[in-house]
Amino acid sequence: MAATKQDTLGRLRETRVWQSVFRSGWGDSNLHRALAVQQNLFLHLFPAKMRRRSLDIGVTWYLGTLTLVAFFILVATGIPLMLYYHPSVPQAYADMKDLQFVVSAGVFLRNLHRWAAHAMVLLVFAHMARVFYRGAYRPPREFNWVVGVVLLLVTLFLSYTGYLLPWDQLAFWAITVGSNILSSVPVMGLKIRFLMLGGNTVNANALLRFYVLHCVILPLAAVAFIGVHFWRIRKDGGLYRDGHAAARAAESGEQRHG
Amino acid sequence: MEEQKKKPEAAATGEVTRRETFQKLGLGCLAAAGAGAAAFGYEYLSPNVLYEPSPIANAGKPDQYPSGSVTTLAEAGVYLIHGPQGFYALSATCTHLGCRTAWAAELGIIACPCHGSKFNTDGIKIAGPAPKPLPWLKVWVNDEGDLMVDTSATVAEKQFLRV
Repeated sequence: MAATKQDTLGRLRETRVWQSVFRSGWGDSNLHRALAVQQNLFLHLFPAKMRRRSLDIGVTWYLGTLTLVAFFILVATGIPLMLYYHPSVPQAYADMKDLQFVVSAGVFLRNLHRWAAHAMVLLVFAHMARVFYRGAYRPPREFNWVVGVVLLLVTLFLSYTGYLLPWDQLAFWAITVGSNILSSVPVMGLKIRFLMLGGNTVNANALLRFYVLHCVILPLAAVAFIGVHFWRIRKDGGLYRDGHAAARAAESGEQRHG
Repeated sequence: MEEQKKKPEAAATGEVTRRETFQKLGLGCLAAAGAGAAAFGYEYLSPNVLYEPSPIANAGKPDQYPSGSVTTLAEAGVYLIHGPQGFYALSATCTHLGCRTAWAAELGIIACPCHGSKFNTDGIKIAGPAPKPLPWLKVWVNDEGDLMVDTSATVAEKQFLRV
């Protein structure tokens, strides 16, 4: 049975279609394994080889990966939620209640979206704390720390803009308070608040602006910066270098180019 | 090759090469286009017409407010107060972070549910984080004899309207 499966896969790999998609060919060698990673758009963000030690849970607690998983859950649940939600003052609250009580599986998607959002904020903070206490922000990774700070801000803005969308009392007053904090920015605070809300009060324009930010602009920014973040891990020498190897590399002035 | 020879000469004599001229011209055009796009974006994002409620509220005839009463005009976000010296109006929006305060009749104070600021009926803060007293708003009587309040126009404290 196993042999037949192997043969079927093998025959598939012989086909012209397969070979036109996977150009690196197939084989049980280090070169083939490395090529499979290097020649794939998604996998090439990662190193073709890494130390087994860097995959141990004790090194990273997988906090970055878990944050990514939370982000994937948020995209996968957020898009179906958009199909029932109208970002307008008369409909937004009713649509949110419909998702809870009328739409099949709507309450599951909404709650999953909400819990994953809380989890993502928590995980981002935990990830940042872990990187800080392990000293993983130090050269050559200082730029990736900056990218991480941008991703933290994008996450917080995603959380903040999503907060308004249920259009209930909690949402309204939270955004009222938040936008009033923003207006204490020196000189241009009131102007920034006016641009963000599209008016002087939290109203129809604010709801629409927050919806567009939450569903289009901020997710696109997140995807772009997540791409840079992962790629820089490889470029900056991988997840983990044991102290001895790092010292040896520093002694010989070795430059790692991933 | 010819250009490479010329370059040091041009630099030495302080002349500007054709390449530098075009680089500056190109950067200048990009800067102008960027500034234009920023101005365009700013103008586009600032609404020119707002469909927000009018800041002027009609509170009806003054005789429906007995002396010593504090009335919440909920839609306008205003307390209309008929004190011993006359009518005046306080904004119901907390000066801390913009939450809507509430009149606690049993305590005789105005209280904010968000962060616990408390004010007396003159708008003076008696507790909490609010940095300023509640503003006094412009009150007048229109030609029909109705009490009017403008929530966008503040007046100095202790300005009473006698009817």
